[in-house]
Amino acid sequence: MTRTHVETRLNGVERDFLCEPRQSLLEVLRDELGLTGTKEGCNNGNCGACSVILDGRIVNSCCVLAVEIEGQDLQTIEGVAHGDQLHPLQSAFLDEAALQCGICTPGFIMASKALLDREPDADEARIRHWLAGNLCRCTGYDKIVRAVRRAETAMEEMNA
Amino acid sequence: MEAFDYVAPRTLDEVYGHLNNGKRTLFMAGGTDVIVQLREGRRECDLLIDLKRIEQLTSYAFDSEGTLVIGAAAPLARIYEDVDVRRRLPGLVDAASLIGGIQIQSRASLGGNLCNASPAADSSPALIALGATLVIASVSGRREIPVEEFFLGPGRNALEPGELLVEVRIPAQPPRSGTRYLRFIPRNEMDIAVASAGVRVQLAPDSDTLESVRIALGAVGPTVKVVDVTSLAGRTADSATIEEAGRLAAEVATPIDDMRGSIIQRRKLARVLTIRAMEGAIERAKEIR
Amino acid sequence: MTTIERPAYKVIGSRPVRPDGVEKVTGKAQYAADPRPQGVVFGKILRSPHAHARIVSIDTSEAERHPGVLGIVTAADFPQAEDKVQDLGEGAVNLRELSDNILASEKVLYRGHAIAAVAAASPHEAEAAAQKIRVEYEVLTPVTNVLDAMREDAPLLNETRHTKMMGGQHSERPSNIAAYNQFKAGDADAGLAESDLVVEREFTTSMVHQGYIEPQSSTASWNADGTITIWTSTQGAFVVRAQVAEVLRIPVARIKVIPMEIGGGFGGKIPIYLDPVAALLSKKSGRPVKLSMNRTEVFEGTGPTSGTVISVKAGAKDGKLHAVQATLRYEAGAYPGSPVGAGAMTMLAPYDLEHVEIHTFDVVVNKPKTSAYRAPGSPAAAFAMESVVDELARTLKIDPLQFRLNSASKEGTKQVTGVPFARIGNEEVLNTAMTHPHYTAPIEGPYRGRGVASGYWFNGGMQSSVVVAVNPDGTVNLVEGSTDIGGTRASLAMQLAETLSIPYDAIRPIVADTDSIGHNDVTGGSRTTVASGMAVYQAGQDVIREMSSRAARLWSVTPEDVSYEDGVFHCLKDSTKELTFKELAAQGARTGGPIAGRASLVARGAGGAFGTHIVDVEVDPGTGKTTILRYTAVQDVGTAIHPSYVEGQIQGGVVQGIGWALNEEFVYDENGRMLNSSFLDYRMPTALDVPLIDAVIVEVPNPGHPYGVRGVGEVPIVPPLAAIANAVADATGHRFTQLPLSPRRLIEELDGGD
Repeated sequence: MTRTHVETRLNGVERDFLCEPRQSLLEVLRDELGLTGTKEGCNNGNCGACSVILDGRIVNSCCVLAVEIEGQDLQTIEGVAHGDQLHPLQSAFLDEAALQCGICTPGFIMASKALLDREPDADEARIRHWLAGNLCRCTGYDKIVRAVRRAETAMEEMNA
Repeated sequence: MEAFDYVAPRTLDEVYGHLNNGKRTLFMAGGTDVIVQLREGRRECDLLIDLKRIEQLTSYAFDSEGTLVIGAAAPLARIYEDVDVRRRLPGLVDAASLIGGIQIQSRASLGGNLCNASPAADSSPALIALGATLVIASVSGRREIPVEEFFLGPGRNALEPGELLVEVRIPAQPPRSGTRYLRFIPRNEMDIAVASAGVRVQLAPDSDTLESVRIALGAVGPTVKVVDVTSLAGRTADSATIEEAGRLAAEVATPIDDMRGSIIQRRKLARVLTIRAMEGAIERAKEIR
Repeated sequence: MTTIERPAYKVIGSRPVRPDGVEKVTGKAQYAADPRPQGVVFGKILRSPHAHARIVSIDTSEAERHPGVLGIVTAADFPQAEDKVQDLGEGAVNLRELSDNILASEKVLYRGHAIAAVAAASPHEAEAAAQKIRVEYEVLTPVTNVLDAMREDAPLLNETRHTKMMGGQHSERPSNIAAYNQFKAGDADAGLAESDLVVEREFTTSMVHQGYIEPQSSTASWNADGTITIWTSTQGAFVVRAQVAEVLRIPVARIKVIPMEIGGGFGGKIPIYLDPVAALLSKKSGRPVKLSMNRTEVFEGTGPTSGTVISVKAGAKDGKLHAVQATLRYEAGAYPGSPVGAGAMTMLAPYDLEHVEIHTFDVVVNKPKTSAYRAPGSPAAAFAMESVVDELARTLKIDPLQFRLNSASKEGTKQVTGVPFARIGNEEVLNTAMTHPHYTAPIEGPYRGRGVASGYWFNGGMQSSVVVAVNPDGTVNLVEGSTDIGGTRASLAMQLAETLSIPYDAIRPIVADTDSIGHNDVTGGSRTTVASGMAVYQAGQDVIREMSSRAARLWSVTPEDVSYEDGVFHCLKDSTKELTFKELAAQGARTGGPIAGRASLVARGAGGAFGTHIVDVEVDPGTGKTTILRYTAVQDVGTAIHPSYVEGQIQGGVVQGIGWALNEEFVYDENGRMLNSSFLDYRMPTALDVPLIDAVIVEVPNPGHPYGVRGVGEVPIVPPLAAIANAVADATGHRFTQLPLSPRRLIEELDGGD
């Protein structure tokens, strides 16, 4: 089996790996790099559980081939907190009880981060629209929306 | 998923070098459809050619005549986020911002959406309403065709072996014109159109008289349906005319019953969506941009 | 929040961060598909393309030669399972049928039925090899609809199955009707005859899926010493262990199930599908094997809940519900065991009425074997009953909540089983709903409407076992064995903190593996916070007793001379002598060794609970689409331990109910093939499809629980189906009796598409 060498920047650190062209980024993250924080929910782009940020944009890692990310910048859930310093979104998800089973949570945090990185004052309608590609079956979304709004406030205070 | 080789050429000439060698070859732009199709065994290939490293195919710009030239592999989100595009072509933004969720839009392209040739694709009715054309290239040259001529049937497009779609060209829109694309889905996002309508109207310079109307319908036939609305030219853009447009649309629709919708539902939607899209298009035509 | 007779608690009712929270927001938490034991290889299941067929032969020779293949398993590798029924908590299973459902032996009974499995070095090679297994089928006619399956000339799934009748006798003819039962009180015919108004309707609901986001995955290692280790996500590690032991005929103690974090279950992760197959593949390959489903396999190969056809004839007299006759027909899927009994026992729970007659049919069809789904059986029955109640009230021009209040069940009301209710909060819930600002606000505008409905769930007790260890620094380890799906580590730690009068942060709860704690039944039936909560309370009392005796030893008094209050042990003989919990914890080694408490129990008195929902909708007459404008869910929860997670359970249940009401359904073609086995086409609600959900907590303490807790998780999915249908009826003037209320159905029924 021919394996391709890929160099990337992963959570701020230069990384390289070998993969088969048919392997998705999700598969390589989990099976080759041991980064299991990115979750598989559907493996066909319909649930957002595998969301990662690639060159600043939120994508489903199941719909990206690992070979494609040569030279690109990749952020996964493992890179969101710095040590025990949680990102305001992570703290807000905890404070608002915005997770129950938690399987969709990494995807929601990555998608929400991609939103707040661009639009730090998104309103409820905008948040719901942006997060429509992420399915949650436990919460009914109420507390997730509230958590994202809470994180906006926290980030605004941090920057003030 | 079967094994395949992968290349990411930098130029079209490099692409041509990978063709016509007996290998089963597929092109990939955003990959949001083709990767899933390969995984589910709905398509197979020996070689996957990634087009995203070719700058010409991932960029977009307005040319000197006001035509928006979009590389076939440019991600939708980059196009619809552009302030100039939003101002000048809101009808395109309607469609581009509906395909998949945000994650899909970061990657998916107009070229990929068109080449899949799904009768329910969101891009095609809007592009047809806008009078867009497609540039198809091969080692022996380029040809340009209207979008409506690109679709031959469900999943079948007009590309010949050795050809690829490289550009979508949307001409500068006439003055006092407006375009609106609407689709219906049972949820509010993350769904395939049950039916859709793209409508462009052009009003007379100083009245509500319709100078021209273009209507294209999605998911109500094997390919996008272009509605003959020549009879509407010269009429006033009022509710009776709009109703008439809806009636014409429902007549043209030849929908099927499937898991996503029924004949009765789709025929009704063809009428309702045409009416609503036309109302929106007229509103936009009257806006001063 | 409406609170009735609630003592002052210190920890209960607060909203601390859950113990497993940080791991889950940072991606460190390990779910079913995450563990990677050294040398792990990958498995893939081959599934039936046919809904109904006899397996003529299975040829694995070509697959065995595929490069990288390490082992292949078919049903022939299973020991012959016993034809006996085992209770698994939320539902019983026949072990032979369980075994056949895991790998088909003679017949495939639904598309997606597992037939064989392959282990290989990579998931791609396992998949390729599985495709090389040759199966010869004799294809049979499938029957996928409950009414078709009940016909005398229907194709039989099992030619030897006869209908099990009341009292245990069986029908003469073989049948797809696996069981028939009835519930009777009073004289329904006479009651209907003397009613002022009678409404009779037939209702249909489609098969729907729990839709948990995490697909099933199991990793198993058949170790050299003959023991088996299984890493999986499940609602009950002990139930997995028991089922694997039965299917593989291996002593329970040789199997260790390590429960991973679970990515949703809602009842669907009680049965086993992959675990014994992964174990056998591991035995054959000599390596740990990871076996995971993809989303299509989850839809086609795991247990959803029943499609139903329910007929209801109901009469009102003097402004109250007076008599009900109902027939409930539930699809069990490929093997018997639908929740039709629970449907019958819950549908009339909100009412006190004299005359009842309910007939139930459990019917096998060529679809996946159903499993529990949140209040199994109750939502479909409530959809039928609450729609009819709404119609009675509206026709009689009585406010639909007032009509329910007039007829409301209360303490002492006899249920259809004849058992009277203990203290329940039905009336309190109805009163709270009636005075809620949502209900008193007007609803205006064309094609807008409001609907209400009530719902009930029994809530479970069952077995729990916990151990509490007190550390010398005053911190406490709580070891429990109930899977935590939605925050029960927090709710149990809070109850222990309350019992021990120590801070919540001093307690570290873990969910242990099956080697490390006594048996615990499944997390299901809304039982964990209730029943494991009772165990935690008793174990806490055990700790206090033990520590009191330690203090007595230090103070040279008897344990009866020691009292414990607000975290301080007092000597009743000498008021100068006192020790804080923390100070006494430090004395363990000097007073008799490590301090620990334990409790094992079968919980009784779980306490049934009611909810009443109010929903406003707007219907687009052009497209048939229903938009949820506002939603309020009022529910008696007994005592809210962690109100945020109580609200979360209610909001989540409501949104699952909204999905069920509006769009979700299994769509089949005539060959029994599911046409929408993806999240794209199954259409669960997204964040954009629902508003904020106002969860209104009513607290009528459960007298059977030390802290008054009632189960919370299941009630909220019961009322939404009918509440939304009632709102759509209000908005359109048309009564819909089939779910889902999809745009397609609305368009076709409202105007024939014109």
